[in-house]
Formats: sequence, C-alpha cells, structure tokens
Amino acid sequence: MVFPAGVLTDAIWAPILGGFLVLAVGDRNGRLARWLALAVSLLTFVLTIPLLTRFNTHTAAMQFVERIPWIPALHIHYHLGIDGISLWFILLTSFLTVLVVVASWTSIQKRVAQYLAAFLIMDGLMIGVFCALDAILFYVFWEAMLIPMFLIIGVWGGARRVYATIKFFLYTFLGSVLMLVALLYLYFQSGHSFDLLTYQETPLGLGPQIWIFLAFLMAFAVKIPMWPVHTWLPDAHVEAPTGGSVILAAVMLKMGAYGFLRLSLPITPDASHHLAWLMILLSLVAIVYIALVAIVQQDMKKLIAYSSIAHMGFVTLGLFVFTATAMEGSILQMLSHGFISAAMFLCVGVLYDRMHTRDIHAYGGVASVMPVFATLMMVFAMGNVGLPGTSGFVGEFMVVLGTYPEHPWAAILAATGLVTGAAYTLWLFKRVIFGAVFRPEVALLKDLNGREVLVLGSLAVLTLLMGVWPAPFLDIVHQSVHHLLGQAAVSKIPG
Amino acid sequence: MQNPLVHWSFAIPEIWILVMACVVLLVDLFWGQKQRDLGFWLSIFCLTGAMVLSAAEMGKAGSAFYGQLLMDRFTNTADLAVELLGLLVLFYSRGYLMLRGLYRGEVLALLLFGTLGAMVMISGGNLLSLYLGLELLALSQYALVAIYRDQLRATEAGLKYFILGALASGLLLYGMSLLYGLTGSLGIGKIGMALSDASPDNYVLIVALVFVVAGVAFKLGAAPFHMWLPDAYQGAPTPVTLFMASAPKIAAFALAVRLLAEAGSSAMAIWQQLFVALAVLSMLIGNVVAIAQTNLKRMLAYSTVSNIGFLALGIVAGSQNGLASALFYVVVYALMATAGFGMIVYLSREGFEAEEISDFRGLVQQRPWTAFLLLLIMFSLAGVPPTVGFYAKVAVFQALVQAGFVWLAVFGVLMAVVGAFYYLRVLKVAFFDPPPEGARTSGGDPLAGITLTVNSLALLVLGIVPAPLMTFCFHALQEVM
Repeated sequence: MVFPAGVLTDAIWAPILGGFLVLAVGDRNGRLARWLALAVSLLTFVLTIPLLTRFNTHTAAMQFVERIPWIPALHIHYHLGIDGISLWFILLTSFLTVLVVVASWTSIQKRVAQYLAAFLIMDGLMIGVFCALDAILFYVFWEAMLIPMFLIIGVWGGARRVYATIKFFLYTFLGSVLMLVALLYLYFQSGHSFDLLTYQETPLGLGPQIWIFLAFLMAFAVKIPMWPVHTWLPDAHVEAPTGGSVILAAVMLKMGAYGFLRLSLPITPDASHHLAWLMILLSLVAIVYIALVAIVQQDMKKLIAYSSIAHMGFVTLGLFVFTATAMEGSILQMLSHGFISAAMFLCVGVLYDRMHTRDIHAYGGVASVMPVFATLMMVFAMGNVGLPGTSGFVGEFMVVLGTYPEHPWAAILAATGLVTGAAYTLWLFKRVIFGAVFRPEVALLKDLNGREVLVLGSLAVLTLLMGVWPAPFLDIVHQSVHHLLGQAAVSKIPG
Repeated sequence: MQNPLVHWSFAIPEIWILVMACVVLLVDLFWGQKQRDLGFWLSIFCLTGAMVLSAAEMGKAGSAFYGQLLMDRFTNTADLAVELLGLLVLFYSRGYLMLRGLYRGEVLALLLFGTLGAMVMISGGNLLSLYLGLELLALSQYALVAIYRDQLRATEAGLKYFILGALASGLLLYGMSLLYGLTGSLGIGKIGMALSDASPDNYVLIVALVFVVAGVAFKLGAAPFHMWLPDAYQGAPTPVTLFMASAPKIAAFALAVRLLAEAGSSAMAIWQQLFVALAVLSMLIGNVVAIAQTNLKRMLAYSTVSNIGFLALGIVAGSQNGLASALFYVVVYALMATAGFGMIVYLSREGFEAEEISDFRGLVQQRPWTAFLLLLIMFSLAGVPPTVGFYAKVAVFQALVQAGFVWLAVFGVLMAVVGAFYYLRVLKVAFFDPPPEGARTSGGDPLAGITLTVNSLALLVLGIVPAPLMTFCFHALQEVM
C-alpha cells in the first residue's frame, strides 16, 4: 500500500477519513460498520508502528517532520513532528482505539455507525494533538477533539448524560480559550510565528511568562484534571459509555500533561520554576485528598475516576521537580495509567454490560462465577495500587524517588498516596470480587468471552511487561527528557 | 481629471443589477401570473452575471462619476460576497415563498434592489452616495419585512424596523452633515485629508463621530442600538431574515470602513473608544440574552448581536490587519448566518415554521444528514475548530492582541464560551432528545436542501483550508488606509 503523504499525516487522516466512511455506511448496516471500523482502527495502528521501528533514540530533535504553509496570511503552517515524548502517546492512542472498537462490539446497539465513527475521528484528532508543532494546528486538534467526545457522552451516556456532556464541553472549552490568547500573544512576541519550536527560543520577561504560564495552566489543569478544576471528570466518566471513559481516562487526560511538556516547560521555563511550588502543592492535594475522596465512593466508575485524578497528581508532581528521574517517571506513569485506567474502565464495562449497574453494593463474590475476569482484574488492581512488577509501580516509584532529593516532604506526602491508593483499590476489589455471592443475579453471571479476554488480556500483558522491563520505554523517552530539562534550566528572561 | 465616461466601467456591476431588477419587475408585470419561475431565474442570472462582472474587474482601481463610486480591491471583494449571499438567499427561499404565496416579482426585485443598495454602500466614495445606498438597502428591507401583509407579526416588525431605522438614518445624516460642516466636502478622500490635522479634542468632530458611529452601530445591530433586531428578525418571513442577516452586515461594515477608517483615520483615537464600548456591550448582551431564548430565530438574532461585537473587535484594532480580520469575520459570519437561517427555511413546511428550538427535537434520528449540517453550523457559530468560525475569531483576536488590547481579547474569548452554551443547547435538543410523537415526514424543498448542504459543508471545508478565503480578504484591505 502506498500513501502519498508523510507517516504522521497518514496516521492522522486515515482514521478521520475512515470515520466518515463508517458514517456513510450508516447505522442500518451495523455489522459492516463494525468490521469497517475495526479495519480502519487496525490500519491506523499499523500506520503508527513505523514511528517506533524507524525512531532514532539518539537525538532529541523532532523526527518525521512535515511542514507546509497552511494559512499564509497569518504564517500558520501544517507542521508535524514527534520526539520521544510524543511517540508513546501516539501508539497508545491508536492501540486503545482498536480495543475500544472491539470492546463495544456487542454492547453498543444504538446508532452504532455514528458511535464508531466518532471514536475513529477522535483517534485521528488525538494523534494530531501529539504531532502538531504549530500552535494553531495544535489548538485546532485540541478543540476539535471535544466535538466527538461531546456527542459520545451525550448520545450514548447514562442517565445524566446531557448535564455531564455540557459541563465537560464548557469546562474544557473555557480552559482552552485562554490558552488561545496566550498563543496569539506569543505570535507577536516571536516575530509573527506560530511555530512551537520558535516559541521555545523566544525570550520573555518574567511577568509575561507568568501570565502565559497561568493561561496554559487553565487549559492543561482542566484537562488533566488537577484539583480544584477536576469536578467535570467524575460526571463525565460516570455518564460516558465504556469506550468514552476509556479514551477519556487513557488518552485525553494525558493531553494536559503533554501540554505541560510541550508548551509550558520549554516556553515559560522561568515561570515554571517560579510557580513550581504551586504545581507541587496542587499535585499533592490531588494525591492525598482526592485519594481519600475515592475511598468513599459507592459507584465503581466514580471511584476509578477519582483514582485517575490522584494518579495524575503523581504525573504533575514529577513534571515540576525538574529531575530526569521524576520526569521520566511521570511519562511512564502516564503510559501506565493509560493501560491500567483503560483496563479498569473496561472491567467495569464488562460488569455493567451484564448487570446494568455500577453500584459496588450490587456485586460481591464475582470471583466464584467469573474466575478469568477476576484474575485479569486483579492484575489491573495491583497495577493501580502500584505493586512492584506492574507498570504502576515503575512510574510512581520513579516520581517519588526523583522528588525526594529536591523536596523531601513532598516525596513523603506523595508516598502516602501509594497507601491510600492501595486502600481504595483493594477495598473495591474485595467488595466486588471476593466474598460470598449474596445476589441471585451475580450467581448467573457468565465469564468473559473470547473477545473480552483478548481486550483485557492484551492490556494485562502490557501492564506486566512494562512493570518488569521498562527499559525500552525509557530509552525512547530519554533524550527528549534530557533536552527538555536543559531547556527548562536556561532562563529566557532577556538582558 | 480624465474623461468620466471611461470610468463608468467601474460601475458596471451596479448598473447591471439596476437594469436587471427593473427587467424582473416588468417581466413579472406581464408574465408573472403564468411564468412564475421566469422572474426567479432572471434574478439568478442577474446575480450570477454581476458576480462575473465583479470578478472581471478584480484588481482594477479608480473611481466613477467624479468620485461618487470608488473601485478598489475592497469594493470588489465585498461586492462578490454580497452577490454570492444574494444568490444563496434566492436558492434557499424559492420553496418557502412558493408555499406561502409570496413567490412574486416584488420580492425578487426588492431583493435585487437591496443587493444593489448594499453594493452602492460598499463602493460609495462620497457621503451622498453612501447615504443613497444605505437608504436603498434599508427601504428594500422595510418592505421585505412587512411583505407578509396578512400576518400581524410581520407588519408590526416592519413598522418597528422602519421607525427605528429612520431614526438611525437621521442620526447618521446628522453626523454626516457635521462632517461636511467641518471639512466643507462630501468626498471621503477629501474629508480624510481635511481632518488629517484635526486636534483630538475638537468637540464638533467628536460629536460628528459619535453620531456617525451610532448610525453605523444601528445598521450593524451592535448593542446598545440592537433593539430593533430581535423583533425584526423574528417577525420577518425567514428568507427575509436570511437576507437581513447576511449582505447588509457586510455593507454596514463597508460603511464603517469608508466613514471611519478612510475619512476619519486621523480621529481613530475617538472612534476606537466608541467601538470598544460597542464591542463589550454587544458581546455581553448578545451572548447573555441569547441564553434565555426559546425561539431559534430570536436566539440567532441575539447571536448576531454578539457576533457584531466580535466584528467590532476587529474595528477596534483599527490597523489594516484589524480591518482585514473584521472583513474576514463578517464574510464568514454572513455565511454562517445564511446557513443557520437557511436551516429554518429548509425545515419549515406549509403551515409550520421550524423556528422554535424544540422543533428540532430528535432531528438526528429522523434526518441524520440535516442534523450533521446543524452540528457544523452551530459549532462554527460557537467558534470551535475545525470549522471556519474558529479562524474568524482567531483573526480578530490576533489583530486585537497586536493592537495591545489583550484584556479585550480575554473578555472576548470568555464571551465566546458563554456563547458556546446556547449553541450547544440547540445541538442537545437535536441530538440527545427523543423525537416528538408523529414524526416529521415532509421532505423539504430540494433546492433549499442542496443549498444548505453546500453552504454548511463550506463551513467545514473552509475550516480545513481557510487560506484562500483569508488571503482573499486580507488582500482586499491592502489599498484601504
């Protein structure tokens, strides 16, 4: 097969065009739409694999670069490129989209072509966010992503879906528009360029840097989400269909952190140092306080949503202590959380498809009727706890380790998050999986079918693989993190 | 001065439309009863021909009739936009007018005269011709609003619009007369030169500009001069609303460019402040009041007010960059507004106006394609990429940031978020709510359907490749100022 454009362009546009194709097939041909969507998502995944095999780990420069003028009147370019930081997220995105398509094979019956098309289009847009090196292009992908997600939650969501989706949209939209003003300001500061790499070289006084940093913070903090702008997430997660929750937790939340890595740290290094205390503080609140909130949840999805916020706290903590260990830990933690949170939401989806309730009290003793499911879920629960041998351990451990020399107290507080994390996860696991079967519905549950084993099994393999052998993941990230820390260490204040 | 006859060629599109409008009237008089479509296709021919003529003159510069009409890139670009929008209006409204017994030569001729008025406003190089164009456009619109004579709401809207519009014309005329008194000239260029050394605290000049700005704001529909707009929009037959929301806005913007940026460029400090106030009020009132509307036409009317606020931001920036962005914004907005009102026209059928938001319930289940187009229109109005509405906002915001009004840009983007809410509400009704009992079955006018499809898809396509339109608009302003 020959594609005319670059690898990245193919990876972005193949799922988008494929999505429209699926839309054209229509809901009446549900079967055809499913197979076509699977083919498109697999094709996209295959298209992203060369990024890994042809990636040069010895340089921090952008690779697979494509750059053509797009809007000459404003010097906007269609500028794509990836480095070690973005590579894994692209693969994560395309891989999870395949899983989402497979996982919704039977559970979505209503307007199935539209559902699958929305995910495929979003796949392309999310890959676009991770590749874009032009500020406006980045922003376009970043915002356009909201449209399919708005529909996914609103059409296929739970009972309070309308409230949840409008809240989700407006919250994230509000966060992003201020970023737009900051990007426009940078356009004039950098001498009429929207190039993110030029922004990184542009000297800026501390005052403007702080304003820009705060504008970025609004956008990224909402997306991650950080305390106190996290309140949209539990609503969105609970109401979204399983696939929506998976993509939301596994990929969309990472975009906020990716934004810090790509924009905040290199463009406003002085402000990042200046306000690092704030970021560390907010991260610790997420780790400590949100974890406590998670413990008391009665709804499985809500519990996992809060646990996501707490885990993302580790990520933001690792970004703002400026050590290589912590930053690499953050990136690994993002990936690991991508696997584990996706898997946890899929597990809830498996139960929900059978029982149509997410209430923890409705379950109990699932292990005795669904042994395969219980085993797989245990892997993910252990990953969520951060048990050594799973991917969850590597990231969180590296973050805490990297934080300790700089901010010992922050490291100690963050470490308590590991304990609370164990508390809510294990308690959830105990109440749902173990114990006696006391409900007749539970006794009738069927164990996983082949399709579900495939989906959850592949994630379990990845979780364990990354837990015991994180080196290949780190190798790719290493040079880029090193380069980024170098950028963040040099002051951009002129004079 | 050269032989003025030579320069008549610069007015050929206008003359063409004038002649054709008269032909349409006559044809309707003699054959109108039997050959209804004749007038319609003649009007289409008229506007298509005008587009060709305008396009042929692209790049020429000069003036006709001793400076009464100016010809430059700006004129050509805006003329083309106005003619295209006129065509869209015609295509949308044929089926609607036919079902309601309004498919008559007068409507077509009034539309053509309105378009002509807009074009004269765009190319006017003299206070007289500007005012003439303005009145021609306005009178056509008054008549069009009230054309549905049997409907109380339409005649009421027409009267309201007429009285307030006459007041606005009076304000503008008073401002113009003061400008004449100050400079002793009616020509735009001469006024500009005479004012070039005016001191900024020349009170007469301030008063003159306040009146001029008030008049322009009235025609644009900027708050606090927006009172007529929701009533007129709601009361008028939807195709007329469609027309009012599109071409006249471009004409009013051109009026602002001619009167303020060209004639009053040296007094920028004065009108800039006025436009800051207009922009802030329009965005605030338009967006907040739109939330409370249940009628889609009324909601879109308030959305017009807010969009005029965003447009005013470009004028505030004042620079060539700012005006070019504003032109881009107003052209894009006109396209979005035609699509929005066109949607209402398309979904209306005999005895039923699809103008309440609740009329769109469950649209996606009955007409997925139409619902998809609605999605594009609403997200474009909200300014969400990858639709063209986003680039329009980016353009004005960047001009604003360049001019140093960062706070105003921040206010603007926050208002855009407020605006997103009511556009989303329409989508919520169309996508998330169940359809009403007794589903809609009627097909809708196919011509309007095709127009709507092209128009709405253009919002997406122009969003993915915005460069041509943007470059086109940015070039247009190169000779102005």
